[in-house]
Amino acid sequence: MVQSTFKRFVEVGRVVLVNDGPSAGNLAVIVEIIDHNRALIDGPTTSVPRQAFPYRNLILTPYTLASLPRGAGNGAVKKAFEKAGVLEKWQSSGWAKKLAARQQRKNASDFDRFQIQLAKKSRRDDVRKAYIKEKKASA
Amino acid sequence: MARSKEIAPHVGRYSRSQVAAKRGLYKGKKTGTAPAKTESPAHTEKTVGGKGNGEKRLVPTNKASKYYPAEDVKKPKVSRKTVGKTALRASITPGTVLILLAGRFAGKRVVYLKQLDSGLLLVSGPFKINGVPLRRVSQAYVIATSTKVDISGVSVPETVNDAYFTKSKVAKGSKEGEFFGEGKEKKVFPEEKKSEQKSVDAALIASIKKVDNLAKYLKASWGLSKGDRFHELKF
Repeated sequence: MVQSTFKRFVEVGRVVLVNDGPSAGNLAVIVEIIDHNRALIDGPTTSVPRQAFPYRNLILTPYTLASLPRGAGNGAVKKAFEKAGVLEKWQSSGWAKKLAARQQRKNASDFDRFQIQLAKKSRRDDVRKAYIKEKKASA
Repeated sequence: MARSKEIAPHVGRYSRSQVAAKRGLYKGKKTGTAPAKTESPAHTEKTVGGKGNGEKRLVPTNKASKYYPAEDVKKPKVSRKTVGKTALRASITPGTVLILLAGRFAGKRVVYLKQLDSGLLLVSGPFKINGVPLRRVSQAYVIATSTKVDISGVSVPETVNDAYFTKSKVAKGSKEGEFFGEGKEKKVFPEEKKSEQKSVDAALIASIKKVDNLAKYLKASWGLSKGDRFHELKF
């Protein structure tokens, strides 16, 4: 049998990353599929209110709450979400770390940017010195 | 006359007295005291020469005008408005690191000390770190950063005020003499300004040194480079 290349599907119980609106950057769960454009999402532990949301503003994550029934209520979603430990998995993922780092860079103050510049300078210097040392040793 | 919406060009809905009643300024607490009036008598007695003149005469202190205008001329209203203190941006508080955007020191990062009576900002480089002396700048030509220097130990002497920054006038010599360099003295920076700069900066530099890289930061100039999206930068 030929394996499909698609790994993440729009389905009830799929954990999604909200990419627009006031809850942008938070995780939510698809609770019900409304139509080809929107799904009902809910994120009780991540402060995303239960709402209809267009798919084009959602990003599918690799996590699912497999046992979540269709149209589950707020409490049931919360329970399943916590039981699956999605939030911990998400926070330790490279994806979430990259987003957080990007956010931190964006909110950096002028002084922070200056210190980053200094750190980069010293790193470059270290690399250069190590390279020369290695070169001399091998020659 | 914001309250009195116009019903026709230059004609308000309410009369001047109605607007005054609505504004209700009479309710407010009265500040300021009127100067004490010195009473002068309406008439003074003067002795008059001449036999048939009865020796004395009452002369009014304020002579009545001989002339009366045929038409009433309105007196212009006296404005009671006073100039208030310039409001600073909320992001500018004593100790804030500012980026100067105009003038001789454009691009320099300086420390804000206090607001002068003219509304301008008193800043210092400090001079020893980046060469910016005590200086006044307008808040319009400044970016306020979120970085603060602790200036609780810094005391600005009273002598550093707006008058401190005004230029002293020099008597002009003849043009010809000037051309030949006659009578020209080399301007000497006053000693007391040097000492004031030092006294202000001493405490300032001490608190700057407590924070890592802060002195380096103040020494470096600021500028935009390729790829900097100014509208997305946070300071």
